[in-house]
Amino acid sequence: MIATENLIRDLVDRHGRERTALIPILQGVVEMKNYISDTDMTEIAKELDLSAAQVYGTATFYSFLSTQPLGKYVIRICKTITCDMHGKKQIIQTIEDMLKIKIGETTTNKKFTLLETNCLGWCHEGPAMLINEKPFSGLTPERVHDIISEYINKP
Amino acid sequence: MSESKLKRVDLIFGEYSSAKYKVLADTLKRSNEEILEDLMESGLKGRGGAGFPTAMKWKLAAEAQAKQKFVICNADEGEPGTFKDREILSRVPRKVFSGMAICGKVIGATRGYIYLRGEYQFLLADLERELDQYHENIRILGFDFPIEIKLGSGAYICGEESALFESMEGNRGEPRNKPPYPTTNGYMNQPTVINNVETFVNVVMIMRLGPIQFKLLGTTDSRGSKVFSVSGDTPIPGIYELELGMPLDKFVEEFGDGDTKAVQVGGASGFCVPRKKFKETVIGFEGVPTGGSMMLFNSSRSMYNVLHNYLEFFEEESCGQCTPCRVGCQQLRKGIVAVKKGNKKAQYLDQLMKLSESMKITAKCGLGQSVANSFSSIVYNFKEEMIY
Repeated sequence: MIATENLIRDLVDRHGRERTALIPILQGVVEMKNYISDTDMTEIAKELDLSAAQVYGTATFYSFLSTQPLGKYVIRICKTITCDMHGKKQIIQTIEDMLKIKIGETTTNKKFTLLETNCLGWCHEGPAMLINEKPFSGLTPERVHDIISEYINKP
Repeated sequence: MSESKLKRVDLIFGEYSSAKYKVLADTLKRSNEEILEDLMESGLKGRGGAGFPTAMKWKLAAEAQAKQKFVICNADEGEPGTFKDREILSRVPRKVFSGMAICGKVIGATRGYIYLRGEYQFLLADLERELDQYHENIRILGFDFPIEIKLGSGAYICGEESALFESMEGNRGEPRNKPPYPTTNGYMNQPTVINNVETFVNVVMIMRLGPIQFKLLGTTDSRGSKVFSVSGDTPIPGIYELELGMPLDKFVEEFGDGDTKAVQVGGASGFCVPRKKFKETVIGFEGVPTGGSMMLFNSSRSMYNVLHNYLEFFEEESCGQCTPCRVGCQQLRKGIVAVKKGNKKAQYLDQLMKLSESMKITAKCGLGQSVANSFSSIVYNFKEEMIY
């Protein structure tokens, strides 16, 4: 587990050992490996002198701090009514057909995870989605097909 | 169609002053009393939705005694149908920083933070670059007020101010009991002013134009302009800055698609106004207040689906800390499904209405308390759609 320890040591060096550093550290872990494992949480607890339960409590509260393994690219589709009204279902259908997964699932090669999320703030250009932190709006089945194809070809 | 179009305003997104951070530089030369007086005179109320008088908030924090005080910009814009803060932060970030710095001066704060929602992480790089410039400019002005950005991680409840403090402190985003209020016990238990992104920009515009000019806009109870996020069944969705205190029928005339059945004012936590009440409804603090979200629905839409979508949202975003909200949100959603499916009689809706009213008085924070707004306004006005 040398890699984990190093990653967390780096993050602690950057953000400090105060409790206020906890979320930035957790965000850093997610940025590096897309989820926070039990080992990561106990390691962070040790470094910040907190109980593992406190770290777990904070991590599990936030929807972007996953404690389950996710794919390299996490696709989050906005499920608010305005995106729904403008064709969210067709967007999801297109992605599900392309990646052969359903909402909540990860592809077997661990490259993509498909999720639904609450309002992304692109209601005037719905439907919208995030791929990791990058937003895409004004989606149509054709457009989303192109975007996903591009990501499939990415490393 | 109509000859009296709604007045468009160009305060928030209007051009920057000619010299960089000129308004801030000018305002720093004024006394705190003068600044507060101008704010008081302007009648500015917070733009996040609750509408607390800004001058009052700042005054309370200024009077609080403490070694450290903080200014926080609430950019955790999560209300469904709202996207104005993203637009403000990407188009006029300097005005936001200036407003925060002015607040820092008035209340005697040492530091400012912007709590940016995780969904807007893509704005971070640009904002950091702008912040570097800001820090350089205030150094030249000889004013010490560093601003830092804290990133959220996908929790609607963190837009509630005390939950936001908890989140910044590294905890679960669970709202605190009030009182005490942030102006005495905020972030790190220190006096804190927390304002919405738009409110800080309004402060800058009041400093630039003077309170009299600002007051010319809007009505007695709702001074100034407001940035509206318009979405749903409209041919022209987008961001619009309009005068406060406008009648809803005028709004629908301009933004509707000719077949508007209802407008949800203020997002999922706001109120649903049906067509027959457009004329008598005023958008502002004297009527239906809004943080800016305006969703239009035409007659092809099922209001049952709309309500179900909102309830699912609340159920997921409830922090789970207090029972009325945690259980109430679930029961309301399950309840309307049961009525729709015929597993419960239509009269069951009355019981659900009572439940939502109980949540209004017993839930710990604004989230649980506001579920009743959309629930009762949709069920009351569109009862048939809930049943058949």
